[in-house]
Parts: sequence; C-alpha cells; structure tokens
Amino acid sequence: MAHIEEHKDTQAIQREKQNYIMLDLGKTPQFGIPAFIQVVKRSLSRELLKGLGVTFREMINALFKGKLHTTQYPFEKLPIAPRYRAIHEMLRLLESGHYRCIGCGLCEKICISNCIAMETRYDENQRKEVSEYTINFGRCIFCGYCAEVCPELAIVHGGRYENASEQRAGFSLFEDMLTPIDKLKEQNEFAGFGSISPNADENIKKTPLAY
Amino acid sequence: MEEIENNGIVSLIIDGKICTAKEGEYILNVARANSIFIPAICYLTRCSPTLACRICLVEADGKRVYACNAKVKDGMNVVVSNEEILEERKAIMQVYDVNHPLQCGVCDQSGSCELQNYTLEIGVDEQPYRIADVQRESSNWSSVLHYDPALCIVCERCVTVCKDMIGDSALTTGPRGGEGLDKELKDTMPKDAYSMWNKLQKSVIAPSNETDQTNCSDCGECIAVCPVGALVSRDFVYTANSWELTKVPATCAHCSSGCQIYYETKPTSIANRYEKIYRVTNEWNYVSLCGAGRFGYDFENRTASKDANALKDAVVAIKKADAIRFNSVITNEEALMLQTLKEKLGVKLINNDAKAFKDFMTYFANAKGSTLSNGNIRTMMQESDFIISVGSALRNDNPNVRYLFNNIQKLNKGAGLYFHPIGDKVIENLGKNVACIENKINSEEAVLYWILDNFADKEKLPAEVKDYLASLSTTTKKTISETVMEDVVETVVDEATGESKEVTKKVPKKVDKEIEVNKSKLLEIFGAPSDFADTIEKFLAKKENFSLVVGEDLYFHPRSKNLAILVALIESTTPFNIAIIPPKTNSLGVSLICDLDDECSGYVIGYNEVGDFRLSALGDGDLDMPAMNQQEGTLTNMHKRVVPTNAALSYNGYILNDILNELGMGERLTIDWTKELPVKEGFEAREFDSLPNGYNNDGSENRGYGLKSQKVKATESLPKEISSNEMSADVMAYRCNPQRQFNEFTATAHQIFEPFALYASEEKASELGSRVAIDLDGTEFVLDVKIDDRMSGDIVKLPDFKHSFEIYKFFGQNRFKSISIRKA
Repeated sequence: MAHIEEHKDTQAIQREKQNYIMLDLGKTPQFGIPAFIQVVKRSLSRELLKGLGVTFREMINALFKGKLHTTQYPFEKLPIAPRYRAIHEMLRLLESGHYRCIGCGLCEKICISNCIAMETRYDENQRKEVSEYTINFGRCIFCGYCAEVCPELAIVHGGRYENASEQRAGFSLFEDMLTPIDKLKEQNEFAGFGSISPNADENIKKTPLAY
Repeated sequence: MEEIENNGIVSLIIDGKICTAKEGEYILNVARANSIFIPAICYLTRCSPTLACRICLVEADGKRVYACNAKVKDGMNVVVSNEEILEERKAIMQVYDVNHPLQCGVCDQSGSCELQNYTLEIGVDEQPYRIADVQRESSNWSSVLHYDPALCIVCERCVTVCKDMIGDSALTTGPRGGEGLDKELKDTMPKDAYSMWNKLQKSVIAPSNETDQTNCSDCGECIAVCPVGALVSRDFVYTANSWELTKVPATCAHCSSGCQIYYETKPTSIANRYEKIYRVTNEWNYVSLCGAGRFGYDFENRTASKDANALKDAVVAIKKADAIRFNSVITNEEALMLQTLKEKLGVKLINNDAKAFKDFMTYFANAKGSTLSNGNIRTMMQESDFIISVGSALRNDNPNVRYLFNNIQKLNKGAGLYFHPIGDKVIENLGKNVACIENKINSEEAVLYWILDNFADKEKLPAEVKDYLASLSTTTKKTISETVMEDVVETVVDEATGESKEVTKKVPKKVDKEIEVNKSKLLEIFGAPSDFADTIEKFLAKKENFSLVVGEDLYFHPRSKNLAILVALIESTTPFNIAIIPPKTNSLGVSLICDLDDECSGYVIGYNEVGDFRLSALGDGDLDMPAMNQQEGTLTNMHKRVVPTNAALSYNGYILNDILNELGMGERLTIDWTKELPVKEGFEAREFDSLPNGYNNDGSENRGYGLKSQKVKATESLPKEISSNEMSADVMAYRCNPQRQFNEFTATAHQIFEPFALYASEEKASELGSRVAIDLDGTEFVLDVKIDDRMSGDIVKLPDFKHSFEIYKFFGQNRFKSISIRKA
C-alpha cells in the first residue's frame, strides 16, 4: 500500500507545480429550454459567417488571382530535404567529368539488404574500372549505409522518391544513376548521410610531405 | 648434459606463459605454436629468417633479439612487448606507411592486407616521417605475375620463398633509386626503424635474371606470400575483393602431393549468379603450391545436365561392359564404387598408372613384411639433411618433392643427389651440395645397390647381397694429399704483463698419403661421373638424417619387382627414410582400394579415358561426371594421408553414385562411401564430415587421417642381381608431362598453356626443328617441338596428359622408349 500512497503524493506535488488556467465557459445548461437558447445564440452570432468569409476569400484568390496552395502532384513536386534518402545517384568529378566510383566494393559489402552488386576489371589504363553495377531497388531499404561508407562520395541519395513499379525487383544500372555529362553543372554536392561535416578541416591532421 | 637428459626439449617463458620447445627452434615459431602473438611481417615458417622487417623485436632475458632468428634456450624469459619495443614497432609501421598509396579501395589485398592489419594493431595514427617518393611503374613479370612496386614494402617474402622453398631463385632485390635518408634521423628515430627504412629506401623487388621477365616455374607462391597487394596474379587483378570470396577448403587434385588449398569463389557476374572460382589460395606458412595447383582451377564440367537417357545408356553399357578404364584423378569413394562394380558385375578394372604402382607396392610389401614405406615427407623437410632422389623427374612429376629437395639444401644445410637420365638445370642449382647424376637409362638397380653398398649396416644385409656387392667391388691404390692439423709450440710474449708463455697452436699441413680405394663396378653400371666418390665424401660430412625419394621410373621399369625389393632392403638395412611417390593424384588410394587388371579387351567403359562408352568430367563423354572441384570425397596423397576435398562449384548432372543406385548398389550420397573404405588396407571407417582439413598453429597437419601400415607375410625379400636393360636409339623418349601440366584437367584450365608437344633441351630442339612426326609402333603423331630450357641431354619428353593419345599404351612397362622421329 505504501507505494500507492507515495504515488498519490507525487501527483499532488505535480498539480501544485503546474499552473493551470481555467477557461470561464459559464454554466453548461442542463435542461431543454436553456440548451436550445444556447444553440440559437451560437448559430446566429458572427462566428459562422466569419468562417464562411475566409473560405470565400480563398476561393476568390484561387480562382481569379492564381494564389493556389495545392501542389499539383505529379505535375508539381515539393523540394525534398537534403538529408532525405531516396533513389541513389552516382556523382561525377566536377573537374574531369569522370565518374567518382573507384570500385572498392564497400557499398556492396556494407549493404544490409544485399541489393548492390558490382563487377570490376583491370582496364587499359591500368586502373580499376567498374564494368557493371546494379542496385535492386526492390530490395533496397534506403538505409543510407552505402552513401555513408563510400570513401569518394560517389554513391549518394538523390531526391527521386517514386519507386512504384510493376515488378517487385527493379534494377538500376550504373548509367541510370550517373549524373548525365551534360547536366554536370547542375550536380549538387550531397549534404546528407556520409557527406563531409562542415568542420572536417579542423579534424584532419595533415600528412607531412617532404616535397 | 642437461639437454641430453631433456631429450632436446627446453622450457621457457614467453609473455608470461610457460612453453616447451625443441632445442634450436626460433622464439617466433614457439610463440606461434603456443598461440602467443608476436607481430612479424617478413618471416616465413619453413624458410630462413631475412630480418627485413625487424618488427618481431622482443626482449629475451633482458636482451633485445629478433624472435624470428633467435633460438630458444632453456629457462629463457621472453618479453613480447614493453614500452621501448612498442615504440620501435610503431616507428617501423610508421615508416612502412610512408608513401604507401592510400587508395586501399582499389587494392586487391584490401581486407586481407598485413600492412592494414599491423597499422591498426600497432595503432599508427599519425605520420612523423617523410621522404620524397620515386616513380614506380607496375609491370608484368610473366604470364601470371603482376608486380606493383608502388605497393611493395620490400619485406622480401617473395624472394625468400622463391629461394628457400621453391628453388627457382627467380627474384631478388634491385635498386629503387630513392634518395638517401636524412642523417639526422639516425639519432632521432628508433634504431631498428631507421635501419629498416634505410634498407627499404634502397630497394624494390626485381627478377633475378636482370631482365624484366622472370624465368621461373610460374608457381605463384610469391603471390601467396605477399603481405600487401604488390604481387597479384594477372588474371585476378581488380576482379574481386577478398571479403567477397567464399573460401572452400579442398585438396588439390592434380598430383599425388594432395596439397591443401582453398578454392575462392564468387558469382561469375551480375547476370550469371553461378559461382566461379576466382583464385586458389593456400596456407603458405605450411604448404606451398605449384603452378598447376594455383592456376589450374577452372576445369569444372560446365555442360552437365541431368540427361536421363544418357544415364539409362550408361547403366546398360556398364551391365554389358567387359572392363572399365580409368585413371587416378578420382576420389577414394569413386574408386570404391568402381571396385564394387567389379565385385558385383565382374567387370575388369584397368588403370595404367595405378596398376604399375600397385604392383610395385605389393612387391615392396612382400619384401618388407608390411605395406607403406617409413618416410614422411613433412618430417623429412624438417629434419633431413641428406636426400637422394631416384627415378623421378622431380620438377615435372611432383613439385612438392622438389620443394622438399630444395628446402633440405637451404634450411637444413643438407646435400642432395638427384639420379635421373635427364639432366635438370634447376635441380643442379638448388645448392652447392647438389649433384645431378645422369644415370644410364634403366640402371636404377645399380643406383639402389650402390646405396646399399655405401649406407647399409653390413650386419643386417643378407649374405647373398653382401657377396654380390663384394663381387662388384675392386680395390685400387690412389695417392691423395690430405690436410692434417699439426701441433706447433710457440713462445708468445703477453703484451700487457710482459710475461712469456708457451702456446700450442694447430697449424694445417699437407701430407701425401696413399690409400686404398674401393671402387665399385656399380658406378660404372649406372654411369657415375669420375669424381663421384669425392663428391659423395664431401656431401656426407656431418650428415645425420637420410632421406630417399623414389619415383615413377621405378614402377614403370622392366625390373620393377627387383627395384621394389631393393627399396625394401634399403629401408631395413640403412638409416634412410623412404618416401615412395605415387605417380598420379590418387594412385595410392586406387592401388589400395581396387583390384586392377592387366589387359583390356571387349566392350570398355572409359572414365575420363578412351572407351566404347565414355563417362567424362571433361564434358566430352556420353555421360557427364563431376570434375574434382565439383565433388566431395577423399584422396589418398603421398603423405600417406586420406584427405577430404569439397565441392567448390555446383554440378547439375549425374554422378557415379547415381549409376550405382540405378544398379541397386549405391549409397544415398557419395560421401556415405567414405566410411566403407577398406580398413584392412589401412583406411579408417570414418564419416566424411568428421575429417578436418587444416593446419595447427605449430604447423602440424590436421587433415583427414593417416593410413595405417598393414602387416603382410614377407615372402620375397632377396633382390636379384642387376640385369642389363640398356636401351639405345637415335632418339629416346621419356614419358613426362611439362611443368604445370599433370592431366587433362590442368590442360583445360585457361591459365595453364603448356601444350601437348615434344619437349627437348635447347640443343636437341634446334636439331629436331620446330615440328616433328613421331612414329610410335606404327602410329604416327605430328607434334610441335618445344624448348624446355631447363632440360639438358638428348632425351626428349613426351607428355601423357591427353588421354586420347594413349601414350601409356605405347610406353608399356617403361617410361623410356626408343622412337623414330622425322621432320614434319
């Protein structure tokens, strides 16, 4: 029993601490006639017309002044937050236009839904080339680990969130996700998961070079 | 005296743990055997310490020593790490990280890189040292080796393994062209780190023949031992990361060495999710592979499917068959199934390589009174200091025996005699105490008699043999000059005290002496060089542990029975440990499991061989069979162990067990046969799944189980006298596969390109021309002539790895054959 007593005490203390303001709503009528009078009073006061007035004003604005609040999806889309995790994008280097991916395979390794697959090869320039790359968006859970682990900020999350498809499996190839070369100027630096923190420079100790 | 009492066993404390070890062992190996971690980069078990990395620095009884080359002493106290040592190690790792590329993402070794591991382990989080880097271009050293010097940390493991284990000595350190270190560093940085860096800054690895191509046996062991991504196989570069690959522990199925390997698999591609083998790796501290084992892995039967009609045909064919012809590239379980077919259906079993081997082993057992020889190749490698090889083209027949031969020279300060009619330039150069004796063809009896004459305990020899040996020896007088140590007394004045003292000194003096020399006719019979006796005397100085390896030439020999008896006699009367090398992969297993028959007539089933109905794992038969990398089972290797192998790749067709099931004699699974292997032949009735396949930390083999030697009745133990089987012809051919080529499966692998051709030494090849027609008992083959620049002499080598040529048929009970050749 002791703990119930204790509980009641704490409740009382809390009530004392909180400063409630009680609204004066008058007396709620209990019988037929006074209740009827209250309804009539409230209905015929200006409150109703005020509401209707707002609706009418917005209608005029929308119909004749073009001030519409509705987003005409799918013709119109709202901008998405930079940290949102939607369909992946493959970024290019701004200087050379070459894709950033170095084929290290970390995204493939870290992927918890096992939806990334890649093939690499030794190319003619003695570099590691990504010859094939797919993400199965039917399996992807958009956890963002791939973007976080990517050492080159090559794979990032973009803003394209429409994933509806006719089949469960939906594969995207490397080229599908890669920034088109003519849109390189429009490529935005990713600010989300895995991107460099604004104070990154402060956390780095420079490697000394003798030359 | 204490050591003798302890039987050479000492006890010491490493890192607070009491360990026991054999005297003369290195601290590092003892620590590893006792699961104590001492960091070490450059050291390879079974090879000599190089002291390149210096990271294994420890304190033994208060003195700084390197664990990899300091030997244990009784009562020693080894401190693995203290502040000073840790500082030194950290500096070493910091130096290793100087200028090492940071693009781990594109490195093939990333994830299994020792530089990554030690950098993390030792906790390098900053970089206090610096030096200008030099341009280092990657290059291809051979058809399989890719070297990227930018990644190389010059630990010299590749150089060491190539010299001490493989014996090619194809690699060495070359100049890097880097600038020298700042002299001030010598005083400011830890001592060992400085000297390590000083050496590192001067060198890179280069082929030792001063070209940009290695001339070696392409075994790829340097790739295996490379701690970083500097040495990678050309085929593997940038194709997979180590963590993506599934390691399937297996046994290499190419030769009788039966090395433990891992098939590393991953889906073929994004579109094709069937597993593919990307590379073969090994426990390089405990086993070394050859080129066939490492690169000959893609021999799987891809075309197989469950063709029910073909299975029906196979059942019908087996029911009416008179014989089954097969070779020894099969598992023990399959051999047992074939034996079951023989027992139930009465078909004959024909296997050329195993038959000759089985006969030899039977003669050997009948002479000795028990099966199997006493020698163990792994123990030989550790202990032996004198090795004789008779009747085996070591370089081609069994690379691991060649590694044994080499390792004995390099690590045990040993000596070796290589008896073979064909000279071998690689063997010749394995050490300065190695002699290649080009004995006359079929004169191995004389060689074995010579061993008896020189090493046998005369008390134990049967009187007949003693008399026979005496009848062959002649005594001649010979004058030799001998160096004797003479005592000379000198008076010496001690400078410090001014006292004069008489000191006795030993001074060498040359004395001419006439001695009686026993010369045996045996030397003449097998064709020993004139200075043979002196060579042997030199080689035998201070030798204690003797090994003899005998090879295929002795089983395919007109006098193989007598040779087997002689080998048994050598085992019982001399200190030699003897290893008998099975000719092909599982010849030992097949010879124990199957009753083999001689001739073959009528309707023949060919299992990977020629036949009227062909079962084939090569995809070209009437019914597909799984290849060795697609099936589970056990193999019996030359170490006399029954070792398991696993399926690395999927297989869609029927297996031999399915045929037996159709006939009502099968088991549920192939591996259910494992426990049925004949116990009376030395096998154990053990389940397949209970067989381990690995190595312990101390390097001991934990694979399968050892065959047990079985007692038999000694019936014929007296060797006959030598009978002359000299052969002479314009061209002598020797049945021998090129290096890296063992059977049809290695021939299928895409990284093994040694063709089916006639191999000859440079001189002989230029004489023969580039293409020849060979007449073998009326059948003519047209073959290319390939130069094997490591052969010498006039004998040519004719391979047997393609079954369709039926080379065994032509050679019969001999590995040599006189052939006629004309230019084509």
